[in-house]
Parts: sequence; C-alpha cells; structure tokens
Amino acid sequence: MIEYLRNWFWTYVWKPLPDMPFGDWMETFIRWAREAWSAGFDAVDAGLEFLYTHLADGLLWLPSGVMVLLFAAAAWAAKGWKLGVGIGLGMFVVAWTPYWEETMQTLAMVLVAAAIAIALAIPLGIAAAESRAFSAVARPVLDFMQTLPAFVYLIPVVMLFSVGVVPGIIATIIFAMPPGVRLTELGLRQVDGEVVEAGQAFGASPARILVRIKLPLALPTIMAGLNQVIMLALSMVVIAGLVGGGGLGAVISGSLGRLDIAAGFNAGLAVVLLAILLDRVTQGLSDRTPVARAARLAR
Amino acid sequence: MPAIEVESLYKVFGKGAKGAVAQLKAGVPRDELNARNVTAAVIDHDWAIEAGEIFVVMGLSGSGKSTLIRMLNGLIRPTAGTIRIDGVELGSLSKREIRRLRREKISMVFQHFALLPHRSVVENVAFGLEIKGLNKTERLERAREAVQLVGLAGHEDKLPAQLSGGMRQRVGLARALAADTEILLMDEAFSALDPLIRQEMQDQLLELQATLGKTIVFITHDLNEAMRIGDRIAICDGRVKQLGTAEEILMHPADEYVAEFTADVDRTRVLTAEAVMEPCGSRDTSAFPTVECDVPVNELYEPVLSSKAPLLVVDDNADPLGVVTPRSIIKSLAPERESGDAEQEPQPA
Ligand SMILES: Nc1ncnc2c1ncn2[C@@H]1O[C@H](COP(=O)(O)OP(=O)(O)OP(=O)(O)O)[C@@H](O)[C@H]1O
Ligand SMILES: [Mg+2]
Repeated sequence: MIEYLRNWFWTYVWKPLPDMPFGDWMETFIRWAREAWSAGFDAVDAGLEFLYTHLADGLLWLPSGVMVLLFAAAAWAAKGWKLGVGIGLGMFVVAWTPYWEETMQTLAMVLVAAAIAIALAIPLGIAAAESRAFSAVARPVLDFMQTLPAFVYLIPVVMLFSVGVVPGIIATIIFAMPPGVRLTELGLRQVDGEVVEAGQAFGASPARILVRIKLPLALPTIMAGLNQVIMLALSMVVIAGLVGGGGLGAVISGSLGRLDIAAGFNAGLAVVLLAILLDRVTQGLSDRTPVARAARLAR
Repeated sequence: MPAIEVESLYKVFGKGAKGAVAQLKAGVPRDELNARNVTAAVIDHDWAIEAGEIFVVMGLSGSGKSTLIRMLNGLIRPTAGTIRIDGVELGSLSKREIRRLRREKISMVFQHFALLPHRSVVENVAFGLEIKGLNKTERLERAREAVQLVGLAGHEDKLPAQLSGGMRQRVGLARALAADTEILLMDEAFSALDPLIRQEMQDQLLELQATLGKTIVFITHDLNEAMRIGDRIAICDGRVKQLGTAEEILMHPADEYVAEFTADVDRTRVLTAEAVMEPCGSRDTSAFPTVECDVPVNELYEPVLSSKAPLLVVDDNADPLGVVTPRSIIKSLAPERESGDAEQEPQPA
C-alpha cells in the first residue's frame, strides 16, 4: 500500500514537476531590471557614491588628533564626561593603529547606510503600526531581509551597481533596516491608548495625534531601533569590504587572505571601538529624549 | 432644548450587531447574546440632560458606562438610535465636523488621567487649546488660569511624574476646563484616587460647578459618589434600571438590582428632612423649632435630640411641610421596611 502510494506520487507528482524555477525567475528578473531601469540604478549609484565620498573626505579633512578630541566632545555632550574620556581613549587607540583612514571610511559608510535605513524604516514602521494588513505583509519581508545570507543578495546587487562602495551600502541597508521598522512599529503600538484617546477627545486630527502624541512617546523605542540599525550596519563591514567597499572591511578580508594576524587584529580592534562609540552615543541621545527624561523623574 | 439627548440608543459589539438589536428590542435577554460572543453594552437608553445638570451614570464593571460616554463624543458609533448634542444629531456629522464638535463643545476627563508624560503641567493643560489653534502666549495664559482654578498654582512647570495621583487628576480636570466647553464628560475620573483625595475632588468639582455651571456626565461605579455629586442618577446594567434623583432611588428602588446597591449607601448624607418627616396631623406646630426641608439627616440628630418637641420642616417660603421626630428618622432609615410602612412615606414629586 505504502509502496503503491509512493509510486503514485513519484509518477504523477514529483516526476512531471519541472525543475525548481524560483532561482531562474530571479535571475531573469535581475537581468531584465538591469536593462530596463538602468537609469534609476545609475542615479542611485551616483547618489550614494557622492554621499559616501564627501562624508569620508569630511571626516578625514581634519588631522586624526583633532578628530579624536571631537569624538570625545561628542560623547561628552551626548552622555557625560566619563563617556567622553572613555571614547577619547578608544579613539586614540584607533588613531594609533595604521588604519585611521580606513576607520573613517567605514564610519562614513555606516553612517550613510544607517541614515538611509532609518529614513526608510520610520515611515514603514508608522505604516505598519497604523495598518494591520501592512504589518502582516511587512513582517515576512523583514524576516527575509534579515535572514537571507548577505552573499545571496550581494550577487544581484553587484550586478545592478558597479563594484565599489555602493553595493556594500545597499546590502548594509537591506540587512540593517528591519529592526528599525520593527521597533518603530512596536514603539507606536505601545503608546498608552488612553493618551491617544485624549487626543481624539479634544478633537485632534490623526496626523496631529501621530506627530504630537504617538511619535514623541515612541521616540525612546525608535532610538533603540536606530541603535540596532547602526550596530547591524557595522557588522556588515567585512562583507562590504569583499565587494570593494574599502575601509576596515577591505583590510580584514585582505588580512584573511594573507593570514596576517596583526593587521586583522588591529583592524578588528578599530571596528570594535567604533561600535562602542556609536552604541554609547546613540544610547546617550535616546536617554535625552523628553519621554526618557520624564521616566527617570518618575523613579 | 436639552444639552444632550439620546433616543433608543444601542451599542452591540460583535458579529451580527444589527440583528442583535432587533432581538433585544423583541425582549431577548442580554445574557443570551453573551453566549454567542455578542456583547450588548448599551441597551435602549432614552434620556435627556438639561444644560447645567450633573448627570451621573452608575453601574458595575462591564455595564456599558465607558461605551456610553464614548458614544456621546463620537469616539464610538452607536449600533442603533440617535444622540443629539444641543439639538444636532451626531450621526449626521462628518469626521471633520465631529472633531470640531469635540474641540468646541465637549471635553473629557479620563480615569487614568491620560496626561502627556513629557509635557509640563501647563503644557498638558494647554493641550486642548493648542488643538483649537490658539497661539502660544494666549494658550499658556489660559492654561495658567485653569491650573489656578483647580488649586495647582505653583506646580505649573512640573512634569506629571512629579505629582501625586490627586494632583494629576486636577491637571486632567484643568485640561478639560481650559478647553472651555459647555459639556464635560468624566469617565470614572476619581476612581483611581484614594478615598480622602477622592472626597476632596468631589467637593472641588461641586464647588467649581456652582460657579461654572457646566453640563457634566459623570461615570462611576460607586453609588455613594453618585449620590454625593449627581443631580440625577441613571443606574445601568446595559439597560437603564432606574433614573432619578438620589432620594428617589434610595426611597423607591425600582427593582431588586437597584435595591441591592442602595443597601450600602450612607442614607443619612443623602436623605433630607423632607424625606424623613411625617405629616403634621392635628398637632399644634406653632411652638416647634423649624428646619429647612433640604437639610440632610445627619445634621438633624443634634436638633432633634436637644428639642423636647418635634422639629417642624418648612420649605423656602417658611410654609410647614411636616414634622421630624426620632421615630420618623429611624423609620425612614431602616433598610428593610414592612410594606405597611410604605404607605406613610411621602411620594416623590
Ligand atoms: N471594542 C470592544 N469590542 C468588544 N467588546 C467590547 C468593546 N468595548 C467594550 N466591550 C464590552 O462591552 C461591555 C461594556 O464595556 P464598558 O467598557 O462600556 O464597561 P464599563 O461599564 O465601562 O466597565 P468598567 O467599569 O470596567 O470600566 C463589556 O462587556 C466589554 O467587554
Ligand atoms: Mg469603563
């Protein structure tokens, strides 16, 4: 009986089934898109390249010693003098490695990617919080973006954009954006329903309720999303380096090929210190939102 | 024209709400619908509130009080029936017009205050005015006045987190007062407060009402509170079980359900001399000490005990209405009364 069923399944279902076509479809689509929308891709390519180069040049405009002091001052302003001293020391160590230039390139790449990711994530998060249907569609897409191995979409991205820093930025945006959307949605959904109702009861329009009530109350959570986005963006630097992104990623992937432990460790250290800088500064900023300040007073 | 008027108003949650209304009209009990996952929250409400009245809606948890009050400012749409605010039917208004109505005519005080945690007291109080489109200096000035009105002067620049529960609710009240609307909706506004502060807030509300003369719909699940502040009280359990003044409800509960509530009420605060008097009969009342007819019973003990003669109850024109004796007081306060005694009770007007 089981034998019969297996034979039946084999002859009538499995054998007539063509080869799995999803991969081919994707390839056809990418090749088609490259032709059809080449102007669009070129524009995005040029735009990102422009943002990146100018930001990187800007960060490298001043000598590293001055920049170390500026980073320390930013950390001081964001949180306090202790963090300022810590970050100053960390950045000093980075300047001590031979990779200051690469570190600033990586910082520029991360900042451009994170800024674009969060600029896309917040409106998407708002839409997901306002519409259950949109949220239901967005969730699997976000899962897909976060779990699909980066190399898989790196191939088409490199095909669509030239090799260089841009495919790295695009791949970073794809990978780093989901927590921005998720935490924006979560923050907005967590806003106390009675406060929203108070807005309605006094005759506020939905747009006003969003801007005046929901977004300010959700801001600490949205800032946590920004923090996550930046951290994930940093974790992509090596992969970005593989496709010609330059910066610390290129140093690390290069040292991997040459089995150069010293170079790899120095560059890795710079990545870690950069991560700590960005994490602490964004956390300091999120502690400074009015709602977070009020919450501290309540304790 | 009544300030608020509702006519055969229904709100049913769940699938097949319209059909459920027809069934309720045909007399199907509420519990039977519950079994089918259909909740009838408001059933056949039919009443009107005059301007300047404090109308209290009282009922247990789940009796549809919040649903009712949210229908009055259009946050929830009724399943059937009509609501008129100053003669204008809510159902005929667009979303935009309803928002305008809320800005100009109706404001609300919330059970859990619903303040913006990141805004100071004045900024919270100014919220309604901000939505009305007043400029910053004007709205802050008016907000400061409202803050003073509720006795929070000196706390203008604090954040809600720095205030006690009673003070926070004063901010909620000030926010509603600053909006300067004729109608005030208060959904269990004092329920989250402890008993002493609660009584203080009730007194303050009555005091403010004496000068401002708003139309207030006040929701509570506490009959003592209802009787303290309400001009009229509607006791609800989906349907309105009884609607009347505190005294009418105490003296003549419409059914078992209402009677059970009234058992816990401190009658001596609610009932007045008029409610506990007995007819003068053939007595010569000329030498009796007099009391006004609206003095509550708990202020009668002293004069009744210190006077050998009964007290003569008089109305505003000093005309005699009846007499109060220790016996008449005790008889009226006893919770379970024999049906024979009921004949002697004064009938409500
Ligand atoms: N949006 C809704 N969807 C479904 N059922 C609801 C909804 N809102 C209220 N109900 C139901 O309607 C009934 C009345 O609710 P309502 O909130 O009006 O009661 P309440 O008298 O205000 O009670 P409480 O004293 O607990 O605040 C409840 O059984 C509740 O479960
Ligand atoms: Mg309620």
